[in-house]
Amino acid sequence: MQPLTSRSKAVERKPMTMWEKMYLPAIAKGMSITFGHMFKKKPTVNYPEKTRPFSPVFRGLHVLNRDEQGRERCTACGLCAVACPAEAITMEAAERLPGEENQYREEKYAAKYEINMLRCIFCGLCEEACPKDAIYLSETFAPANYTRKGFIYGKEELLIPNPVTQPEEYAKAKGL
Amino acid sequence: MHLTLLSIDWLLLIEKCVLILIIISVSLVIAMYETWAERKVAAFMQDRRGPNRAGFGGLLQPMADGLKLFMKEEIIPTSSSKFLFVLGPGMAMLTAMMTSAVIPWSSHFHLFGRDVSMQIADVNIGILYIFGVVSMGVYGIMIGGWASNNKFSLLAAIRGASQIISYELAMGLAIIALLMITGTLSLGKMVEQQQEHGLYNFVVQPLGFLIFLVCAFAECNRTPFDLSEAENELNFGYHQEYSSMKLGFYLFAEYINMFISSALMASLYFGGFDIPFVNDAAFGAHFGQNPLAILQVVSLFGKIVLFIFFFMWVRWTIPRFRYDQLMNLGWKVLIPLALFNMLATGFIVLLKAHGWHF
Repeated sequence: MQPLTSRSKAVERKPMTMWEKMYLPAIAKGMSITFGHMFKKKPTVNYPEKTRPFSPVFRGLHVLNRDEQGRERCTACGLCAVACPAEAITMEAAERLPGEENQYREEKYAAKYEINMLRCIFCGLCEEACPKDAIYLSETFAPANYTRKGFIYGKEELLIPNPVTQPEEYAKAKGL
Repeated sequence: MHLTLLSIDWLLLIEKCVLILIIISVSLVIAMYETWAERKVAAFMQDRRGPNRAGFGGLLQPMADGLKLFMKEEIIPTSSSKFLFVLGPGMAMLTAMMTSAVIPWSSHFHLFGRDVSMQIADVNIGILYIFGVVSMGVYGIMIGGWASNNKFSLLAAIRGASQIISYELAMGLAIIALLMITGTLSLGKMVEQQQEHGLYNFVVQPLGFLIFLVCAFAECNRTPFDLSEAENELNFGYHQEYSSMKLGFYLFAEYINMFISSALMASLYFGGFDIPFVNDAAFGAHFGQNPLAILQVVSLFGKIVLFIFFFMWVRWTIPRFRYDQLMNLGWKVLIPLALFNMLATGFIVLLKAHGWHF
């Protein structure tokens, strides 16, 4: 048969020499290689104790941001849901009532905000689409869960702790 | 009646019982930690870390494994021959344990005004005894494979049996050459001779040692020769139908065999409990018998550990032989080599006996 590429090479079928037939030199060579590997640096990272550092542009789990006074920034405009190529984001808008000014920054807010982490492809387009700087992608990823339902993250999971009332948790979430 | 009871040396009996107990528990502990060491060595040779979750450096891993094996359901297949099925692993374990009886673990301790020998039985046919027991090891494999009533198990058992029998021949021939030089079958005497001459048998019999080493690998069913449990061809070999601690027994027996054959190779070819580069007799006279005996145990175990490491090193380097290659190596290479070695040794021994001339 005509060789299809220029890279094909005929297999050598010449009989083994006496030296090769003894096998022992080859075995010794192989054993020196395996012995050398014993002292090589191991690429394994001891995962739960040590984690590999993420790059600064890593796109992980979403966080719903608050402003300096602890008010939710999201106005439920729906631009993130429109931008989302995986259609992972759903939300329901509600109108801010008098007396809720310290909770929501603008007159409209997201009463329900859900991201399906199984659908999400972590592209970060929601982050880019958001005009209010309300959603951004953090440097963690979604932990394992027992049910599919558990992967649908609501506001409780996504919202960052309030910097005014819970400064410690806020600092922790920010990774400070 | 009373006289016969009195004439038995009861202290000797107690001493031997204690020694047997110690040696069996030490073999078991060593076998346990061999499983750990095997995984560690394998991991290091493959640039991995190996078990490191249970205890410091994974040192509790063997306990976890043992516990797991005990918790597993014990299954005896309905179509198996039940008695033989249970007998198989017991047989494997028994033969693995029995070999340790004639190995001299150290010279002797001086305790309670008695010289306590560190050899369970210094029989004058020590090596013949070992060969007898080792060939019984075939039964463990053969019975297990046969009683499982499973094609793969039976095939593996037959493979294993024929392999062990083939390699026993070459092993025996390699030993004959050694016997010609030492002139004794007692392991204790062999070690003493090496101690006196300060020259290990390995130097005198390099070819014999090589043959013995290869055969020891085959006898232990260790990797280049682990055809009886070739996973890719025979699922899991002769212990495929076994579960729980019966499987554990088979696996354990393999590790005990490895330990014992390391001890044997150390005793036959590397001076046994002799401390290298030290004149043992002078050391004993200077520091006393007991420290010497302890150091000798340490020395023997050092050699054993090196051999065990070698076993593992080979296992994680060399791929398994094909069956015809295995038989070719055994019958067409090792046996002629061993015969040649025997004849050459005999010739030289004869020359020496005649003062280097005829």
